[in-house]
Amino acid sequence: MSDRPAVHSPYAEAAQQRDADLLGMYVFLVTEVMLFGGFLSAVSMVRVLHPQEASSAAQHLNLWLGSMNTAVLLTSSLAMALSVQVSREGKRRPTIIGLCLTAALGLVFLVIKGVEYYQEYREGLMPLSDGIKPLSKPGEQLFFNFYLVGTGLHALHLTIGIVLVAGLVWGVFRSRVQLPHRAVTVEIVGLYWHLVDVVWVFIYPIFYLAR
Amino acid sequence: MTVGATLETSPERTSYLRAGYTLWSWLATTDHKRIAVLYLYSITAFFFIGGIAAALMRLDLATPGGDLLSNEGYNRAFTLHGVIMVWFFLIPSIPATFGNFLIPLMIGAQDLAFPRINLASWYLYILAGLFTLYAMIVGGVDTGWTFYTPLSTLFANGYVVAALLAVIVVGFSSIFTGLNFIVTVHKLRCPGMTWSRLPLFVWSLYATAMILVLATPVLTMLLILVCVERVFGIGILNPDLGGDPLLYQHLFWFYSHPAVYIMVLPAFGVLSELVTAAARKRIFGYWFIAYSSVAIAIIGFLVWGHHMFVAGESMYASAVFSFLSIAVAVPSGIKVYNWIATLYKGSISLDPAFLFAMGFIGLFVIGGLTGLMLAMIAVDVHVHDTYFVVAHFHYIMVGGAVTAFFGALHFWWPKITGRMYNITWGRITAALIFLGFNLTFFPQFILGYLGMPRRYHVYPPEFQVLHVLSSAGASILAMGYLLPFIYLLYSLRHGQPAGPNPWGATGLEWTVPSPPPKLNFAETPVVTRPPYDYPIKDPMSRE
Repeated sequence: MSDRPAVHSPYAEAAQQRDADLLGMYVFLVTEVMLFGGFLSAVSMVRVLHPQEASSAAQHLNLWLGSMNTAVLLTSSLAMALSVQVSREGKRRPTIIGLCLTAALGLVFLVIKGVEYYQEYREGLMPLSDGIKPLSKPGEQLFFNFYLVGTGLHALHLTIGIVLVAGLVWGVFRSRVQLPHRAVTVEIVGLYWHLVDVVWVFIYPIFYLAR
Repeated sequence: MTVGATLETSPERTSYLRAGYTLWSWLATTDHKRIAVLYLYSITAFFFIGGIAAALMRLDLATPGGDLLSNEGYNRAFTLHGVIMVWFFLIPSIPATFGNFLIPLMIGAQDLAFPRINLASWYLYILAGLFTLYAMIVGGVDTGWTFYTPLSTLFANGYVVAALLAVIVVGFSSIFTGLNFIVTVHKLRCPGMTWSRLPLFVWSLYATAMILVLATPVLTMLLILVCVERVFGIGILNPDLGGDPLLYQHLFWFYSHPAVYIMVLPAFGVLSELVTAAARKRIFGYWFIAYSSVAIAIIGFLVWGHHMFVAGESMYASAVFSFLSIAVAVPSGIKVYNWIATLYKGSISLDPAFLFAMGFIGLFVIGGLTGLMLAMIAVDVHVHDTYFVVAHFHYIMVGGAVTAFFGALHFWWPKITGRMYNITWGRITAALIFLGFNLTFFPQFILGYLGMPRRYHVYPPEFQVLHVLSSAGASILAMGYLLPFIYLLYSLRHGQPAGPNPWGATGLEWTVPSPPPKLNFAETPVVTRPPYDYPIKDPMSRE
């Protein structure tokens, strides 16, 4: 991703560079799809191997907080989509507001997720928590461990996304990312954000809803 | 790096080697040619470390009692050999060196699409290499390069996590390289460089990049799971919690079988360049070769189950995987026939690069045919986890990929350095490697068929003759690998200037001076001719 309006070395013209940047992000997202795709297929296999245990473990998850987080994240994607649109029209202030809203909603998601993890720790669901273990059957703890790793990996991606959006806000604010000339930079970060959102759209039903 | 006078003298066209002499000018470069040279140095270093581990194993196997290494030491030696040769030599070998150097030159671009990501991929590679060296120095890993669970998560007492981190990080390096190649081939071809004019080397690396991008993340995810389980005790694959060790194997081979094609597809690409240049003749069946690379990349994703015929996967799955594994031999066979047909009525010069290419075809055909045998379930059950399998995949990876790597090195060395090496020594090396390789690995087919299991270093005395033959062959092979060091490095100082096109080959990379200027092309080239526009037309073509 380029911060300067100038065309970089291997490129002859700005349009070619924009196309390449965009394609680069799409290819990167393909790798993310394979990463989470492999993980989710493993979760599906656990659900097939241990159907009873998976659904009883899923009932220990907090459906309300999970659903609230789904709403928060989908709204953040709306804010991101609007930012991409206004950045193409060259409107700096609305772009910055939209991006700030996106990042803020991302932070809200992480806070809710943290509260949820804390509750689960208190209930003794975590593999390292002390005291009574409500998940006594083997498949139950396995399912919960998959949930923990999957949501953790997603939270890590979301954290990276928030850092990227914050950097982008700074770039637009300091006019390092010039709009609408480099609106593609906003679009590229937006693509990443939407992917993190889409991953959650798969994580949410496979862990929370199928109980 | 020593460089003599180049043909070009104008200051803006100075060679990439003379663009800066400080260490920093190399370590902070974004020039794809310099990054390729950085990779060349680093993979050579790892090739030798992996080679030393192999030498230790072969020495140990010379006697039935396993007198040189302890049981633990032997396990650590073959794990180190596998991890280093797979992830630190074979996978980056041709793509990260010759691909990096040649793709922009071949398609008429000034650099790869993301030069800084290209440099980052080298740094990730070095970081991962340091993790591996750390694991090796503090005590090694004894799981084998496959890191099978629950051995790697619950039982192994080596430095498994350091090795896993190394493989995860080097995976990011692969992904960056693959991503860069895909975008470059799509967006940076010069005017007139249509898909039908793309050199077949670029086609094969394009297919390789697809595999790198699609397969590597699955391994990354899987090894993260293993790390989480080993470090934090969060059971994911643990059988006590109902976890399934077979799940590990499925996901591991979903990456690691396509990884074989990451190693050998670039070798196929090299072959298409070497064979046409040596025969001075157009390639036979351009589209068949181009699409067979893509077909291998696709079918290669659907054959992983043949590693698990005896692991307890269902009979029906095994039957399907067996069929698909046989099917993937078809596009590979197409390529071999096309190269042979290209040579037919060509005007062949016995350059070292061509001898390596012929060595490749011979060894690859043996490796491929024994691969077909292993794809048959009944045969596989008999020879599973024996030296038959070891010999088979070494014929593909060493006989195939490494021989092609040396062929590429002898073909493009004058382009990379601007110097010509001693041709006679090149021919001797090609012959030595071919002979040494066969003496090393052919006895292993017999050993395996007789029942010698892999990863054992104590064996019944009746196997000793074949093991000694194999070890003797390994010493010849080692000489073959060491010789180029002498005459190639000698050529840097004393070799004749090569000129832009010492082999009379076609392709845009041969139109620029040797070594190429820092800025590849003074003005953007325009391609108007088909690829492999050699003087001899094919007697069977309708053109």
